[in-house]
Amino acid sequence: MTTVFDRPHALKDVSLHYCPGCTHGIIHRLVAEAIDSLGIEGRTVGIASVGCSVLTYNYFNVDMIQAAHGRAPAVATGVKRAYPDNIVFTYQGDGDLAAIGTAETVHSAARGENITVIFVNNAIYGMTGGQMAPTSLPGQITQTSPYGRDVKTVGYPVRVCELLREVDGAAYLERVAVNDVKNVKNAARAIKKAFQYQVEGKGFSLIEILSTCPTNWGLTPDKALGWLEDNMIPYYPLGVYKDKYAKEAE
Amino acid sequence: MAEKVLMKGNEAIAEAALMAGCRHYFGYPITPQTELTAYMAKRLPRMDGVFLQAESELAAINMVIGVSAAGKRVMTSSSSPGISLKGEGLSYLAGCDLPAFVVNVQRGGPGLGGIQPSQSDYFQATRGTHGDYRTIVLAPDSVQEMVSLTIKGFELADKYRMTTMLLADGTLGQMMEPVSLDAEEVVTFEKPWAACGTGMKRPNNIINSLSLIPEELEQWNLTRFKRYDIVEENEVRYEEYMMEDAEICLVSFGITARVSKNAIAEARARGIKAGMIRPITLWPFPKKPLLAAADKVKAFISVEMNMGQMVEDVELATRCRKPVLSCTRCGGVIPSPDDVMTAILKANEMGGAAK
Repeated sequence: MTTVFDRPHALKDVSLHYCPGCTHGIIHRLVAEAIDSLGIEGRTVGIASVGCSVLTYNYFNVDMIQAAHGRAPAVATGVKRAYPDNIVFTYQGDGDLAAIGTAETVHSAARGENITVIFVNNAIYGMTGGQMAPTSLPGQITQTSPYGRDVKTVGYPVRVCELLREVDGAAYLERVAVNDVKNVKNAARAIKKAFQYQVEGKGFSLIEILSTCPTNWGLTPDKALGWLEDNMIPYYPLGVYKDKYAKEAE
Repeated sequence: MAEKVLMKGNEAIAEAALMAGCRHYFGYPITPQTELTAYMAKRLPRMDGVFLQAESELAAINMVIGVSAAGKRVMTSSSSPGISLKGEGLSYLAGCDLPAFVVNVQRGGPGLGGIQPSQSDYFQATRGTHGDYRTIVLAPDSVQEMVSLTIKGFELADKYRMTTMLLADGTLGQMMEPVSLDAEEVVTFEKPWAACGTGMKRPNNIINSLSLIPEELEQWNLTRFKRYDIVEENEVRYEEYMMEDAEICLVSFGITARVSKNAIAEARARGIKAGMIRPITLWPFPKKPLLAAADKVKAFISVEMNMGQMVEDVELATRCRKPVLSCTRCGGVIPSPDDVMTAILKANEMGGAAK
């Protein structure tokens, strides 16, 4: 009998704590597949952040460090500088990366740290129960924007890829989504490419992944996928925002 | 003995860290410790080390966490307001049982305070930020001792998997003294717990301070505090100065201990038997020698450059058996020997002869 589909070795055979319908599980798998396919498991170190993805340290079959809220890129910088041959990635949500960790995000990009940032954008703080995130959409109802995000008083969502493309040190920035098969396959390609760039010493890469939070959006998993497509993708267009080595790759 | 060189305290700490095998430094400019950062910027790149000026103190301490978690010796340095920013990382270092060497060259506070010397971070250093944890706090009183305590500090951090803080002040950081850089014994430790890649040869290592199970988190703390008990048992350091016949016991650390020694000479010239117990470790605090002294002297004087932050520790250590006076200057003012002499005269006038 031939095995045609299996769990990636870099992903542990354990139950994930994520809510039903949450797309974190898909993204975990894509990261693990990238690690497997590049044969880098033994030299990869992952940095978990704070938020729903805090427990990622229990899921990946690589050495893991759990960082304080927003500080994952700084911790990753330390690991990478100590062991430049290690492959170091962070796995961060939108509150972690685009609010409390904005400085660490921008400056690790500016330094061109040779790390890979997996940025999961689901437009809400999930772990704490659904508060407004830096990426919550205008008008979006959350626990802390119960009348809808009013841009006149709390300002506008932060578009991370657009922001970082002006930073010289960033090598590769792409926004993808995991709401349908086509987009999942494209996300898999982007994530693998980001790790590949690190292996080749090309510098800072960040993959922003539009993701769902059915629980805190108050939607069924299926409707959440539709909400992502109808509301998030128009505000956060998919695509490559920067690729210093695009010509080389062609 | 090798010949001595004239060095600033800040630079001597940096050189000693290199002697201890530290090749990773992360910092952010702040007066009065900047010479340390600058020294590392000059030296580390030429010895295949890593010097990085971080975007903030927060980032710097988290870079320290990264290197430490990966298993290598690492340090950062700052001054009072910057140490507050590092506070978050200090708690995570403790929660993750990671070794680190952190230098605080104190300046006056609170807030932005001033840039002149101070010891007003005594509470912060010996108590820390959120959560149940301890930090080994070393308080040198000379540039030479900055060298030896830096080397020892790295050893203690690795040995007990905790942060060692070198608590200096603007005077010690800025002043120059002749210092011997003779090779001191450097003790290193294996770090099988480090997160630096499994090499596909072992189960993965996880460095983490989170537990959502109260009983588990309690157990982690209990285990950690058993280690702290060993530190309290084995690592107390202090100097006794002219205590054999002392009736007045000064308690002071760091640069104020140097001032106190001048005052003790003056007191003894006037026939007052003053001596000093100088805590070198502020945690663990030298409780035993202070308690022993409480049976012999008639009063203690806590001499500090703050509003009297060590007084309660002296009272607790001596179980309030004798009065504890507080002699302090603050805001960046260094107490003069006359300030201390005034306190000695006051203590001497207090009733009750020494037993």
